[in-house]
Amino acid sequence: MIEFQGVTKLYDGAPAVRNLDLVAPTGKLTVLVGPSGCGKTTSLRMVNRLVTPSSGTITLDGEPTDRMNVAQLRRRIGYVIQHAGLFPHRTVAQNVATTARLAGIDRKTARRKSLDLLEQVGLSASLAERYPWQLSGGQQQRVGVARALASDPKFMLMDEPFSAVDPIVRGQLQDEFLRLQREIGKTIIMVTHDIDEALKLGDQVAVMREGGELAQVATPRELLVRPADGFVADFVGRDRGYRHLGFAPIDNGLKLASEPVVQLGASPAEAAEAAIDGWVLVCDAAHRPLGWTDIARLRGPVREDDLNLSSTLAPMDGSMRELLDAALSSPSGRGVVTNTDGTLRGTIALGDLGGILAPLHRTGAERHS
Amino acid sequence: MILFEWLLDPANWSGPYGAPTLIWQHVVYTLAALLLASAIAVPIGLYVGHTRRGEFVIAGAANVLRALPSLGLIVLLVILFAPVFASDLAFIVPSLVVLILLAVPPIMTGTYSGVANANRAAVDAARGMGFTPLQVLLRVEIPCALPLIFSGLRGATLQVISTATIAAYVSLGGLGRLIIDGRAQNDYSQMAAGAILVALLALVVDLLIEFVAFATVSRGLTRRGTNRFSTVRRLLKPNRS
Repeated sequence: MIEFQGVTKLYDGAPAVRNLDLVAPTGKLTVLVGPSGCGKTTSLRMVNRLVTPSSGTITLDGEPTDRMNVAQLRRRIGYVIQHAGLFPHRTVAQNVATTARLAGIDRKTARRKSLDLLEQVGLSASLAERYPWQLSGGQQQRVGVARALASDPKFMLMDEPFSAVDPIVRGQLQDEFLRLQREIGKTIIMVTHDIDEALKLGDQVAVMREGGELAQVATPRELLVRPADGFVADFVGRDRGYRHLGFAPIDNGLKLASEPVVQLGASPAEAAEAAIDGWVLVCDAAHRPLGWTDIARLRGPVREDDLNLSSTLAPMDGSMRELLDAALSSPSGRGVVTNTDGTLRGTIALGDLGGILAPLHRTGAERHS
Repeated sequence: MILFEWLLDPANWSGPYGAPTLIWQHVVYTLAALLLASAIAVPIGLYVGHTRRGEFVIAGAANVLRALPSLGLIVLLVILFAPVFASDLAFIVPSLVVLILLAVPPIMTGTYSGVANANRAAVDAARGMGFTPLQVLLRVEIPCALPLIFSGLRGATLQVISTATIAAYVSLGGLGRLIIDGRAQNDYSQMAAGAILVALLALVVDLLIEFVAFATVSRGLTRRGTNRFSTVRRLLKPNRS
């Protein structure tokens, strides 16, 4: 547990962080989010004393940090930063082993550990002898995470760890980090300016406003359903009604219609027979959906060119948001639901979704009242 | 060929005024000046680069010392020191002081800018993961600064080797002897020999430093490829520093 008790930081008399009280619970990921200049990075850097608080106390598992030896304190906390901050003169394996070596682990063990960690963060061991400049931004960031983990710290601080990479890589890194965190269960404080990232990753999200004040601390779902004030509501964004569906899993008993399908190469007559309302779903041999085809436009057997690829697929273990999106994006108006292995499970018509979403809306409303 | 006459005469390659002795003296002056200059310049550069305190000292000192009139200063110092020191020291100390003053600015600015420009994120990460300030300096800042430290050292070395010739002006040894004495005796072949030997010495020493840099600077910084062919390519197409 990391706890802020009445922590204030003044720069030239102006508060960067004002009277912050916050608990980052053990084994959970707490996200500090807010516009630039709200003091979130300053708050983070006060935990490992890269910034000294003007007043107030920060404790690690109840132990005040200001009484610890500063180097010892920092070695107990994994530290991941925006541009990874890898040592350019050291190989990837040496970089990862750094924190293990600082913790007093011998060279050989540290090296073995660093190779294991590379694998754990999704990097091939063949990168171990490369230098940082030979890696992509996403790879560097993974090495940065591996380096922070090499001393097996209980706590981690992450300062915009995924914001220096492109959106696609960022999504991958976030997913993988979530999976990793489920395994390792560190006590983490992460800073981001990206509310979507905060809602996606955080067990708990602390929204800060300019002037270094805490606006609200809540679970991601609660932030969307019950923002504390106008600032939080604004910051969380316009489509919060839609986004809170992202936290509702698809009910296992969800009633789906079975959808007749054809494969590529099917004749127009076969396609027309299987089609409902003029659209037919095309699957591959393994029964995985490929796309919809408009039978009115078919000029011969179904080819790849005939596929409409606009629709998204909702996996059964996904969220109601994915389900609604699958229905909204489907040209036939029927959302495609897949099993976890990607094979077709069935479809659901947009019109039928209303009945499924209504109870979710009611729970939101009840919480609000 | 009058240009090579002196060099080709075997009589000039032995004895107390032979080329080997003069080269040796030249090397000793140069090494002494560089060592003492580094002992002054490197710690200052490291301190200022690491703490960012006193950056104005670096810029100021570099500019002032670069405008130094070497010959004038050496004569002035000889006049000042002659009553103080007995023996050859009266000439050696002024020569060394001038050479040190010449060598300090490039080494100091190289060291300072190397440390100050060490990857900021890497330094922040190092502090954040619990490196002590000394560990940050030794394990991150200095290794990252090595290319610029070496380039400062090379600049200083070239300047010291060429300027060390003026030591002969105050009746010391070194390759300057050939130039000064040659001029006095209207022996142009001897003067040419001095010039050629100074140039060759500078080239050889420069290559030596390049080699040491090649061996000590991490490939992660020079961004040299990891296979031997790229090393060969690099040797064929020498430095860009």
